Amino acid sequence: MGKKPDIDDRFKKFGTVSFTGISKTNDFIDYLEKGQVMGTRCKDCGASFFPPRADCCHCLTSNMDWFEVSGAGKLVSFSHLGFAPVAFKEDLPYCIALLDYGDFKVFGRIGGDVPNSEIKIGAEMKTVVNQLPGGQLNYVFEKA
Amino acid sequence: MSKVAVIGVGQSRFVRSYPGSIRELAFEGFSEAMQDAGMTPKDISASVICSAPEYDKQRSPAGVFAEYLGLNPQPTFYAESLCSSSSTGLRLAYSLVASGLHDSVAVIGFQKMSEISSSESQDLMGRGADIQWESPFGTMMPAYYAMYAQAHMQRHGTTPEDLSLIRVKSATYGQLNERAVYRKPVTLEMFADPENRMCGPVSSPLRVGDCCANADGSSCMIVANAETAKAFSAKPVWILGIGAASTSVNLASRDLFTGLTVAREAGRQAYEMAGVGPKDIDVAEVHDCFTIAEMMAYEDLGFAEEGQGKELIRARETYREGSIPVNVDGGLLSKGHPVGATGGSQIRTIVLQLRGEAGDIQVPDPQIGLVHNIGGVGLYGNVTIFGR
Repeated sequence: MGKKPDIDDRFKKFGTVSFTGISKTNDFIDYLEKGQVMGTRCKDCGASFFPPRADCCHCLTSNMDWFEVSGAGKLVSFSHLGFAPVAFKEDLPYCIALLDYGDFKVFGRIGGDVPNSEIKIGAEMKTVVNQLPGGQLNYVFEKA
Repeated sequence: MSKVAVIGVGQSRFVRSYPGSIRELAFEGFSEAMQDAGMTPKDISASVICSAPEYDKQRSPAGVFAEYLGLNPQPTFYAESLCSSSSTGLRLAYSLVASGLHDSVAVIGFQKMSEISSSESQDLMGRGADIQWESPFGTMMPAYYAMYAQAHMQRHGTTPEDLSLIRVKSATYGQLNERAVYRKPVTLEMFADPENRMCGPVSSPLRVGDCCANADGSSCMIVANAETAKAFSAKPVWILGIGAASTSVNLASRDLFTGLTVAREAGRQAYEMAGVGPKDIDVAEVHDCFTIAEMMAYEDLGFAEEGQGKELIRARETYREGSIPVNVDGGLLSKGHPVGATGGSQIRTIVLQLRGEAGDIQVPDPQIGLVHNIGGVGLYGNVTIFGR
Protein backbone atom coordinates (compact mmCIF):
# COMPACT_ATOMS: atom_id res chain seq x y z
CA MET A 1 0.00 0.00 0.00
CA GLY A 2 1.44 3.41 -0.99
CA LYS A 3 1.66 6.23 1.52
CA LYS A 4 -0.82 9.05 0.95
CA PRO A 5 1.09 12.14 -0.19
CA ASP A 6 1.32 14.88 2.48
CA ILE A 7 -1.13 17.68 1.82
CA ASP A 8 0.29 21.18 2.23
CA ASP A 9 -2.71 23.03 3.65
CA ARG A 10 -0.90 25.83 5.47
CA PHE A 11 -3.51 28.29 4.19
CA LYS A 12 -5.94 26.90 6.78
CA LYS A 13 -4.26 29.25 9.26
CA PHE A 14 -5.43 32.45 7.56
CA GLY A 15 -8.20 34.47 9.19
CA THR A 16 -10.65 33.74 12.01
CA VAL A 17 -11.96 31.06 9.69
CA SER A 18 -10.13 30.07 6.54
CA PHE A 19 -12.33 28.86 3.70
CA THR A 20 -9.32 27.84 1.60
CA GLY A 21 -6.96 25.17 2.87
CA ILE A 22 -4.57 24.79 -0.01
CA SER A 23 -3.06 27.43 -2.23
CA LYS A 24 0.11 27.74 -4.26
CA THR A 25 0.65 30.91 -2.19
CA ASN A 26 0.90 28.87 1.04
CA ASP A 27 4.29 30.54 1.77
CA PHE A 28 2.20 33.66 2.63
CA ILE A 29 1.40 31.92 5.92
CA ASP A 30 5.07 31.27 6.74
CA TYR A 31 5.75 34.97 6.16
CA LEU A 32 2.84 35.92 8.45
CA GLU A 33 4.34 33.70 11.15
CA LYS A 34 7.55 35.72 10.79
CA GLY A 35 5.56 38.97 11.16
CA GLN A 36 5.64 39.90 7.48
CA VAL A 37 2.74 40.71 5.13
CA MET A 38 3.87 39.87 1.60
CA GLY A 39 2.69 40.41 -1.97
CA THR A 40 4.06 38.92 -5.19
CA ARG A 41 5.64 40.49 -8.24
CA CYS A 42 5.90 38.85 -11.67
CA LYS A 43 9.54 38.26 -12.63
CA ASP A 44 8.66 38.41 -16.32
CA CYS A 45 6.56 41.59 -16.59
CA GLY A 46 6.96 43.28 -13.18
CA ALA A 47 3.24 43.40 -12.32
CA SER A 48 2.61 43.60 -8.52
CA PHE A 49 -0.17 41.70 -6.83
CA PHE A 50 -1.76 42.16 -3.47
CA PRO A 51 -3.22 39.80 -2.36
CA PRO A 52 -0.32 37.70 -3.65
CA ARG A 53 -0.82 35.44 -6.64
CA ALA A 54 1.06 32.41 -7.90
CA ASP A 55 0.16 33.16 -11.53
CA CYS A 56 0.50 36.26 -13.72
CA CYS A 57 -2.60 36.75 -15.87
CA HIS A 58 -0.84 39.40 -17.99
CA CYS A 59 1.96 37.22 -19.31
CA LEU A 60 0.38 33.85 -18.47
CA THR A 61 3.42 32.56 -16.59
CA SER A 62 3.88 31.57 -12.96
CA ASN A 63 7.25 33.07 -11.94
CA MET A 64 6.83 35.26 -8.88
CA ASP A 65 9.06 37.06 -6.37
CA TRP A 66 7.72 37.99 -2.95
CA PHE A 67 7.82 41.62 -1.74
CA GLU A 68 7.00 43.03 1.71
CA VAL A 69 4.10 45.37 2.39
CA SER A 70 5.80 48.01 4.50
CA GLY A 71 5.29 51.60 5.50
CA ALA A 72 2.05 53.57 5.65
CA GLY A 73 -1.02 53.60 3.44
CA LYS A 74 -4.08 55.86 3.48
CA LEU A 75 -7.43 54.64 4.79
CA VAL A 76 -9.86 54.45 1.84
CA SER A 77 -12.95 53.43 3.80
CA PHE A 78 -14.11 51.33 6.75
CA SER A 79 -17.18 50.01 8.56
CA HIS A 80 -17.84 48.87 12.14
CA LEU A 81 -19.90 45.69 12.04
CA GLY A 82 -22.95 45.55 14.34
CA PHE A 83 -23.32 41.83 13.91
CA ALA A 84 -21.31 39.13 12.21
CA PRO A 85 -21.60 35.92 10.21
CA VAL A 86 -21.98 32.83 12.42
CA ALA A 87 -18.29 31.91 12.56
CA PHE A 88 -17.12 35.43 13.41
CA LYS A 89 -19.44 36.31 16.29
CA GLU A 90 -16.67 35.96 18.89
CA ASP A 91 -14.60 38.60 17.06
CA LEU A 92 -17.20 41.38 17.51
CA PRO A 93 -16.79 44.30 17.60
CA TYR A 94 -14.54 44.62 14.56
CA CYS A 95 -14.07 47.11 11.77
CA ILE A 96 -13.31 46.06 8.18
CA ALA A 97 -11.21 48.50 6.19
CA LEU A 98 -9.21 49.15 3.04
CA LEU A 99 -5.74 50.76 2.97
CA ASP A 100 -4.22 52.34 -0.14
CA TYR A 101 -0.48 52.00 -0.70
CA GLY A 102 -0.55 53.55 -4.17
CA ASP A 103 0.58 50.61 -6.32
CA PHE A 104 -1.73 48.26 -4.47
CA LYS A 105 -4.31 48.24 -1.66
CA VAL A 106 -4.77 45.97 1.33
CA PHE A 107 -8.15 44.82 2.69
CA GLY A 108 -8.24 43.87 6.36
CA ARG A 109 -9.43 45.04 9.76
CA ILE A 110 -8.58 48.02 11.93
CA GLY A 111 -6.56 47.00 15.01
CA GLY A 112 -8.74 46.54 18.11
CA ASP A 113 -6.87 49.21 20.10
CA VAL A 114 -7.25 52.06 17.59
CA PRO A 115 -9.73 54.57 19.09
CA ASN A 116 -12.78 55.28 16.90
CA SER A 117 -11.86 58.97 16.81
CA GLU A 118 -8.65 58.06 14.92
CA ILE A 119 -10.49 56.06 12.27
CA LYS A 120 -11.06 58.51 9.43
CA ILE A 121 -10.90 58.30 5.65
CA GLY A 122 -7.41 59.51 4.67
CA ALA A 123 -5.75 58.49 7.96
CA GLU A 124 -2.20 57.12 7.60
CA MET A 125 -1.99 53.56 8.87
CA LYS A 126 0.37 50.60 8.65
CA THR A 127 -0.29 46.88 8.15
CA VAL A 128 0.68 44.60 11.04
CA VAL A 129 0.42 40.84 11.46
CA ASN A 130 -2.09 39.83 14.14
CA GLN A 131 -2.39 36.62 16.15
CA LEU A 132 -5.90 35.20 16.53
CA PRO A 133 -7.17 32.51 18.88
CA GLY A 134 -6.31 28.93 18.00
CA GLY A 135 -3.05 29.78 16.19
CA GLN A 136 -4.82 31.58 13.33
CA LEU A 137 -3.25 34.66 11.75
CA ASN A 138 -4.51 37.75 9.94
CA TYR A 139 -3.36 41.36 9.62
CA VAL A 140 -4.73 44.61 10.97
CA PHE A 141 -4.17 48.30 10.46
CA GLU A 142 -2.56 50.38 13.22
CA LYS A 143 -1.83 54.09 13.37
CA ALA A 144 1.30 54.83 11.34
CA MET B 1 -29.49 42.55 -34.96
CA SER B 2 -32.95 41.00 -34.82
CA LYS B 3 -35.61 42.40 -32.52
CA VAL B 4 -36.22 40.67 -29.19
CA ALA B 5 -39.20 41.28 -26.90
CA VAL B 6 -40.54 40.34 -23.50
CA ILE B 7 -44.06 39.01 -24.06
CA GLY B 8 -44.94 37.53 -20.68
CA VAL B 9 -44.10 38.41 -17.08
CA GLY B 10 -45.00 37.00 -13.71
CA GLN B 11 -43.86 36.79 -10.12
CA SER B 12 -44.96 35.18 -6.89
CA ARG B 13 -45.72 37.24 -3.81
CA PHE B 14 -42.41 37.81 -2.05
CA VAL B 15 -42.83 36.39 1.47
CA ARG B 16 -40.72 35.69 4.56
CA SER B 17 -41.26 31.98 4.39
CA TYR B 18 -42.79 30.22 1.41
CA PRO B 19 -45.03 27.30 2.47
CA GLY B 20 -43.85 24.99 -0.30
CA SER B 21 -40.82 23.60 -2.10
CA ILE B 22 -38.60 25.44 -4.56
CA ARG B 23 -40.22 23.78 -7.59
CA GLU B 24 -43.65 24.85 -6.33
CA LEU B 25 -42.29 28.36 -5.78
CA ALA B 26 -40.91 28.46 -9.34
CA PHE B 27 -44.31 27.36 -10.66
CA GLU B 28 -45.93 30.54 -9.30
CA GLY B 29 -43.84 32.97 -11.36
CA PHE B 30 -43.81 30.67 -14.38
CA SER B 31 -47.55 30.05 -14.54
CA GLU B 32 -48.38 33.75 -14.31
CA ALA B 33 -45.90 34.65 -17.05
CA MET B 34 -47.09 31.86 -19.33
CA GLN B 35 -50.73 32.89 -18.89
CA ASP B 36 -49.69 36.49 -19.51
CA ALA B 37 -48.05 35.41 -22.78
CA GLY B 38 -50.96 33.13 -23.69
CA MET B 39 -48.55 30.22 -24.06
CA THR B 40 -48.31 26.62 -22.95
CA PRO B 41 -44.98 24.90 -22.17
CA LYS B 42 -44.73 23.38 -25.67
CA ASP B 43 -44.49 26.96 -27.05
CA ILE B 44 -41.23 27.51 -25.14
CA SER B 45 -38.07 26.63 -27.04
CA ALA B 46 -35.56 26.72 -24.13
CA SER B 47 -35.42 27.67 -20.46
CA VAL B 48 -32.87 29.34 -18.19
CA ILE B 49 -33.14 28.84 -14.43
CA CYS B 50 -31.53 31.51 -12.22
CA SER B 51 -30.70 31.71 -8.51
CA ALA B 52 -27.82 32.09 -6.07
CA PRO B 53 -26.56 28.70 -4.91
CA GLU B 54 -26.53 27.03 -1.47
CA TYR B 55 -29.75 28.44 -0.01
CA ASP B 56 -31.55 25.16 -0.70
CA LYS B 57 -30.30 21.61 -1.14
CA GLN B 58 -31.15 20.99 -4.83
CA ARG B 59 -27.93 20.72 -6.79
CA SER B 60 -28.61 21.61 -10.43
CA PRO B 61 -32.18 22.96 -10.18
CA ALA B 62 -32.64 23.47 -13.95
CA GLY B 63 -33.45 19.85 -14.74
CA VAL B 64 -35.83 19.45 -11.81
CA PHE B 65 -37.71 22.64 -12.72
CA ALA B 66 -37.86 21.80 -16.44
CA GLU B 67 -39.50 18.51 -15.50
CA TYR B 68 -41.97 20.11 -13.05
CA LEU B 69 -42.90 22.93 -15.42
CA GLY B 70 -43.45 20.66 -18.45
CA LEU B 71 -40.39 21.99 -20.27
CA ASN B 72 -38.80 18.69 -21.30
CA PRO B 73 -37.21 17.89 -23.71
CA GLN B 74 -36.24 21.50 -24.50
CA PRO B 75 -32.71 22.60 -23.51
CA THR B 76 -32.38 23.99 -20.00
CA PHE B 77 -29.51 25.19 -17.80
CA TYR B 78 -28.63 27.17 -14.67
CA ALA B 79 -27.30 30.73 -14.69
CA GLU B 80 -25.89 32.61 -11.71
CA SER B 81 -24.45 36.06 -11.05
CA LEU B 82 -25.55 36.48 -7.42
CA CYS B 83 -28.29 39.14 -7.09
CA SER B 84 -28.27 39.85 -10.84
CA SER B 85 -28.91 36.22 -11.80
CA SER B 86 -32.27 36.73 -13.45
CA SER B 87 -31.20 39.74 -15.51
CA THR B 88 -28.22 37.64 -16.58
CA GLY B 89 -30.87 35.07 -17.52
CA LEU B 90 -32.48 37.78 -19.64
CA ARG B 91 -29.14 38.53 -21.34
CA LEU B 92 -28.71 34.83 -22.12
CA ALA B 93 -32.29 34.56 -23.40
CA TYR B 94 -31.74 37.64 -25.58
CA SER B 95 -28.65 35.99 -27.07
CA LEU B 96 -30.39 32.65 -27.62
CA VAL B 97 -33.24 34.40 -29.47
CA ALA B 98 -31.22 37.03 -31.36
CA SER B 99 -28.88 34.33 -32.66
CA GLY B 100 -31.81 32.54 -34.22
CA LEU B 101 -31.18 29.41 -32.17
CA HIS B 102 -34.52 29.71 -30.32
CA ASP B 103 -37.86 31.47 -30.98
CA SER B 104 -38.83 31.85 -27.32
CA VAL B 105 -37.08 31.39 -23.99
CA ALA B 106 -38.51 31.24 -20.48
CA VAL B 107 -36.27 32.85 -17.82
CA ILE B 108 -37.20 31.64 -14.35
CA GLY B 109 -35.64 33.28 -11.30
CA PHE B 110 -36.19 31.92 -7.80
CA GLN B 111 -34.83 31.97 -4.28
CA LYS B 112 -35.98 30.24 -1.13
CA MET B 113 -33.92 31.82 1.65
CA SER B 114 -36.03 30.64 4.57
CA GLU B 115 -34.63 27.11 4.75
CA ILE B 116 -31.54 28.49 6.52
CA SER B 117 -31.26 30.84 9.53
CA SER B 118 -30.57 34.56 9.24
CA SER B 119 -27.01 34.16 10.51
CA GLU B 120 -26.33 31.26 8.14
CA SER B 121 -27.63 33.52 5.42
CA GLN B 122 -25.16 36.29 6.44
CA ASP B 123 -22.44 33.66 6.42
CA LEU B 124 -23.36 32.75 2.83
CA MET B 125 -23.34 36.38 1.79
CA GLY B 126 -19.88 36.84 3.32
CA ARG B 127 -18.77 34.01 1.04
CA GLY B 128 -20.18 35.90 -1.96
CA ALA B 129 -16.90 37.82 -1.79
CA ASP B 130 -13.34 36.51 -2.25
CA ILE B 131 -13.33 33.48 0.07
CA GLN B 132 -9.54 33.17 0.12
CA TRP B 133 -8.53 36.74 0.92
CA GLU B 134 -11.54 38.73 2.20
CA SER B 135 -14.12 36.37 3.72
CA PRO B 136 -11.64 35.27 6.45
CA PHE B 137 -11.98 38.80 7.89
CA GLY B 138 -15.69 38.21 8.52
CA THR B 139 -17.17 40.21 5.68
CA MET B 140 -20.85 40.39 4.80
CA MET B 141 -22.86 42.23 2.17
CA PRO B 142 -24.18 45.12 4.31
CA ALA B 143 -20.64 45.76 5.58
CA TYR B 144 -19.28 46.08 2.04
CA TYR B 145 -22.02 48.48 0.98
CA ALA B 146 -21.50 50.33 4.27
CA MET B 147 -17.90 51.05 3.21
CA TYR B 148 -19.30 52.64 0.06
CA ALA B 149 -21.78 54.66 2.13
CA GLN B 150 -18.95 55.86 4.38
CA ALA B 151 -16.91 57.01 1.36
CA HIS B 152 -19.93 58.61 -0.36
CA MET B 153 -20.77 60.60 2.77
CA GLN B 154 -17.20 61.75 3.21
CA ARG B 155 -16.69 62.75 -0.40
CA HIS B 156 -20.11 64.14 -1.35
CA GLY B 157 -21.69 65.23 1.92
CA THR B 158 -24.50 62.69 1.65
CA THR B 159 -26.14 62.33 5.07
CA PRO B 160 -27.86 59.46 6.90
CA GLU B 161 -31.07 61.46 6.48
CA ASP B 162 -30.64 61.38 2.69
CA LEU B 163 -30.49 57.60 2.92
CA SER B 164 -33.56 57.61 5.19
CA LEU B 165 -35.47 59.57 2.51
CA ILE B 166 -34.86 56.73 0.08
CA ARG B 167 -36.32 54.23 2.53
CA VAL B 168 -39.34 56.46 3.12
CA LYS B 169 -39.97 56.59 -0.65
CA SER B 170 -39.66 52.83 -0.90
CA ALA B 171 -42.23 52.26 1.86
CA THR B 172 -44.67 54.64 0.14
CA TYR B 173 -44.84 52.19 -2.73
CA GLY B 174 -44.40 49.02 -0.69
CA GLN B 175 -47.79 49.84 0.82
CA LEU B 176 -49.30 49.78 -2.70
CA ASN B 177 -47.62 46.53 -3.81
CA GLU B 178 -49.52 43.37 -2.86
CA ARG B 179 -46.52 41.26 -3.82
CA ALA B 180 -44.10 43.04 -1.44
CA VAL B 181 -42.87 41.50 1.82
CA TYR B 182 -42.69 44.83 3.73
CA ARG B 183 -45.90 46.83 3.50
CA LYS B 184 -45.81 49.08 6.57
CA PRO B 185 -45.24 52.85 6.47
CA VAL B 186 -41.77 54.20 7.24
CA THR B 187 -41.32 57.81 8.32
CA LEU B 188 -38.34 60.09 8.88
CA GLU B 189 -39.42 60.32 12.53
CA MET B 190 -38.71 56.61 12.94
CA PHE B 191 -35.09 57.24 11.92
CA ALA B 192 -34.84 60.16 14.34
CA ASP B 193 -35.86 57.98 17.31
CA PRO B 194 -32.84 55.95 18.56
CA GLU B 195 -35.20 53.40 20.18
CA ASN B 196 -36.89 52.67 16.88
CA ARG B 197 -35.95 49.41 15.20
CA MET B 198 -35.11 51.29 11.98
CA CYS B 199 -32.09 52.83 13.77
CA GLY B 200 -30.56 49.53 14.87
CA PRO B 201 -26.89 49.43 13.81
CA VAL B 202 -26.06 46.94 11.05
CA SER B 203 -22.64 48.11 9.84
CA SER B 204 -21.66 51.74 10.22
CA PRO B 205 -23.16 53.95 8.84
CA LEU B 206 -25.94 51.61 7.66
CA ARG B 207 -28.90 50.92 9.97
CA VAL B 208 -31.69 48.32 9.85
CA GLY B 209 -33.81 50.79 7.87
CA ASP B 210 -31.14 51.03 5.18
CA CYS B 211 -31.28 47.32 4.40
CA CYS B 212 -33.60 45.15 2.33
CA ALA B 213 -35.03 41.98 3.85
CA ASN B 214 -34.41 38.42 2.78
CA ALA B 215 -37.48 36.87 1.17
CA ASP B 216 -38.66 33.84 -0.73
CA GLY B 217 -39.92 34.44 -4.25
CA SER B 218 -39.93 33.58 -7.92
CA SER B 219 -40.20 35.54 -11.14
CA CYS B 220 -40.46 34.67 -14.82
CA MET B 221 -40.08 36.42 -18.18
CA ILE B 222 -40.96 35.02 -21.59
CA VAL B 223 -38.53 36.34 -24.21
CA ALA B 224 -39.36 36.00 -27.90
CA ASN B 225 -38.34 36.98 -31.41
CA ALA B 226 -40.45 39.42 -33.44
CA GLU B 227 -42.46 36.74 -35.26
CA THR B 228 -43.38 34.89 -32.07
CA ALA B 229 -44.11 38.19 -30.30
CA LYS B 230 -46.52 39.14 -33.07
CA ALA B 231 -48.27 35.78 -32.89
CA PHE B 232 -48.80 35.82 -29.13
CA SER B 233 -48.71 39.36 -27.78
CA ALA B 234 -50.71 42.52 -28.32
CA LYS B 235 -48.18 44.57 -26.37
CA PRO B 236 -44.64 43.22 -26.74
CA VAL B 237 -42.02 45.22 -24.86
CA TRP B 238 -38.82 45.42 -26.89
CA ILE B 239 -35.27 45.17 -25.55
CA LEU B 240 -33.66 48.31 -27.00
CA GLY B 241 -30.33 48.14 -25.20
CA ILE B 242 -28.60 45.62 -23.01
CA GLY B 243 -25.27 46.07 -21.23
CA ALA B 244 -23.22 44.11 -18.74
CA ALA B 245 -19.90 44.36 -16.93
CA SER B 246 -17.78 42.88 -14.17
CA THR B 247 -15.16 44.25 -11.83
CA SER B 248 -12.68 42.78 -9.40
CA VAL B 249 -14.33 40.96 -6.52
CA ASN B 250 -11.49 42.03 -4.23
CA LEU B 251 -11.99 45.59 -3.01
CA ALA B 252 -8.19 45.80 -3.02
CA SER B 253 -8.16 45.94 -6.82
CA ARG B 254 -10.81 48.67 -7.13
CA ASP B 255 -10.37 52.41 -7.50
CA LEU B 256 -13.93 53.74 -7.13
CA PHE B 257 -15.70 53.58 -3.75
CA THR B 258 -18.46 56.14 -4.26
CA GLY B 259 -20.15 54.36 -7.18
CA LEU B 260 -20.22 51.00 -8.96
CA THR B 261 -18.09 50.79 -12.10
CA VAL B 262 -20.14 47.83 -13.34
CA ALA B 263 -23.30 49.97 -13.34
CA ARG B 264 -21.55 52.82 -15.17
CA GLU B 265 -20.15 50.51 -17.84
CA ALA B 266 -23.29 48.40 -18.27
CA GLY B 267 -25.36 51.58 -18.42
CA ARG B 268 -23.03 53.11 -21.01
CA GLN B 269 -23.38 50.03 -23.23
CA ALA B 270 -27.17 49.92 -22.89
CA TYR B 271 -27.63 53.65 -23.60
CA GLU B 272 -25.37 53.40 -26.66
CA MET B 273 -27.14 50.34 -28.05
CA ALA B 274 -30.58 51.88 -27.47
CA GLY B 275 -29.50 55.26 -28.86
CA VAL B 276 -30.89 57.08 -25.80
CA GLY B 277 -29.54 58.96 -22.78
CA PRO B 278 -30.47 59.27 -19.10
CA LYS B 279 -32.94 62.08 -19.83
CA ASP B 280 -34.93 59.80 -22.14
CA ILE B 281 -35.70 57.29 -19.39
CA ASP B 282 -39.33 57.61 -18.24
CA VAL B 283 -39.32 55.02 -15.48
CA ALA B 284 -36.57 52.95 -13.84
CA GLU B 285 -35.99 50.04 -11.51
CA VAL B 286 -32.62 50.10 -9.75
CA HIS B 287 -30.96 47.65 -7.40
CA ASP B 288 -31.71 49.12 -3.97
CA CYS B 289 -30.44 46.27 -1.80
CA PHE B 290 -29.36 49.08 0.54
CA THR B 291 -30.39 52.74 0.46
CA ILE B 292 -26.84 53.73 -0.53
CA ALA B 293 -27.12 51.44 -3.56
CA GLU B 294 -30.07 53.46 -4.89
CA MET B 295 -28.24 56.72 -4.15
CA MET B 296 -25.21 55.54 -6.17
CA ALA B 297 -27.46 54.23 -8.96
CA TYR B 298 -28.90 57.74 -9.53
CA GLU B 299 -25.35 58.92 -10.25
CA ASP B 300 -24.00 55.79 -11.99
CA LEU B 301 -26.90 55.88 -14.48
CA GLY B 302 -26.60 59.62 -15.10
CA PHE B 303 -29.94 60.59 -13.52
CA ALA B 304 -27.88 62.94 -11.34
CA GLU B 305 -24.36 64.30 -11.60
CA GLU B 306 -21.62 62.71 -9.48
CA GLY B 307 -22.40 63.40 -5.83
CA GLN B 308 -25.76 65.02 -6.61
CA GLY B 309 -27.93 61.97 -6.00
CA LYS B 310 -29.00 63.48 -2.70
CA GLU B 311 -30.52 66.50 -4.52
CA LEU B 312 -32.73 64.14 -6.53
CA ILE B 313 -34.25 62.42 -3.52
CA ARG B 314 -34.48 65.63 -1.44
CA ALA B 315 -36.52 67.18 -4.29
CA ARG B 316 -38.69 64.03 -4.60
CA GLU B 317 -37.75 63.73 -8.29
CA THR B 318 -37.65 59.93 -8.06
CA TYR B 319 -41.22 59.64 -6.79
CA ARG B 320 -43.92 58.59 -9.26
CA GLU B 321 -44.80 62.23 -10.00
CA GLY B 322 -41.18 63.28 -10.34
CA SER B 323 -38.95 63.77 -13.35
CA ILE B 324 -37.41 60.26 -13.06
CA PRO B 325 -39.60 57.76 -11.18
CA VAL B 326 -37.37 55.11 -9.59
CA ASN B 327 -38.51 51.95 -7.82
CA VAL B 328 -42.18 52.89 -7.66
CA ASP B 329 -42.99 49.24 -6.97
CA GLY B 330 -41.26 49.55 -3.60
CA GLY B 331 -37.87 48.32 -4.80
CA LEU B 332 -35.88 45.63 -3.03
CA LEU B 333 -36.16 47.64 0.19
CA SER B 334 -39.90 46.95 0.37
CA LYS B 335 -40.43 43.95 -1.91
CA GLY B 336 -37.66 42.00 -0.23
CA HIS B 337 -34.76 40.44 -2.09
CA PRO B 338 -35.19 36.80 -3.05
CA VAL B 339 -31.80 36.91 -4.75
CA GLY B 340 -32.40 34.97 -7.96
CA ALA B 341 -35.92 36.34 -8.50
CA THR B 342 -35.17 40.03 -8.06
CA GLY B 343 -34.05 40.90 -11.63
CA GLY B 344 -37.17 39.31 -13.06
CA SER B 345 -39.35 41.28 -10.66
CA GLN B 346 -37.71 44.57 -11.68
CA ILE B 347 -38.18 43.66 -15.35
CA ARG B 348 -41.82 42.72 -14.74
CA THR B 349 -42.52 46.13 -13.21
CA ILE B 350 -40.98 47.97 -16.19
CA VAL B 351 -42.85 45.78 -18.69
CA LEU B 352 -46.17 46.47 -16.92
CA GLN B 353 -45.36 50.20 -16.80
CA LEU B 354 -44.65 50.33 -20.54
CA ARG B 355 -47.84 48.41 -21.30
CA GLY B 356 -49.87 50.81 -19.15
CA GLU B 357 -50.84 47.93 -16.85
CA ALA B 358 -49.16 49.07 -13.63
CA GLY B 359 -52.35 50.12 -11.80
CA ASP B 360 -51.86 52.35 -8.73
CA ILE B 361 -48.19 52.92 -9.46
CA GLN B 362 -48.61 53.70 -13.19
CA VAL B 363 -46.29 56.41 -14.44
CA PRO B 364 -48.08 58.56 -17.10
CA ASP B 365 -47.45 57.19 -20.61
CA PRO B 366 -43.85 55.95 -20.31
CA GLN B 367 -42.09 55.20 -23.62
CA ILE B 368 -38.72 53.99 -22.34
CA GLY B 369 -37.87 52.08 -19.18
CA LEU B 370 -34.59 50.97 -17.58
CA VAL B 371 -33.66 48.10 -15.28
CA HIS B 372 -30.40 48.20 -13.27
CA ASN B 373 -29.67 44.90 -11.50
CA ILE B 374 -26.40 44.35 -9.61
CA GLY B 375 -24.76 41.18 -8.28
CA GLY B 376 -22.99 41.28 -4.90
CA VAL B 377 -21.26 44.54 -4.05
CA GLY B 378 -21.08 45.48 -7.70
CA LEU B 379 -19.25 42.35 -8.85
CA TYR B 380 -21.68 41.98 -11.73
CA GLY B 381 -24.00 44.50 -13.33
CA ASN B 382 -26.71 44.31 -15.96
CA VAL B 383 -28.51 47.36 -17.35
CA THR B 384 -31.38 46.79 -19.79
CA ILE B 385 -33.41 49.43 -21.62
CA PHE B 386 -36.93 48.62 -22.81
CA GLY B 387 -39.30 50.37 -25.22
CA ARG B 388 -42.78 50.04 -26.71
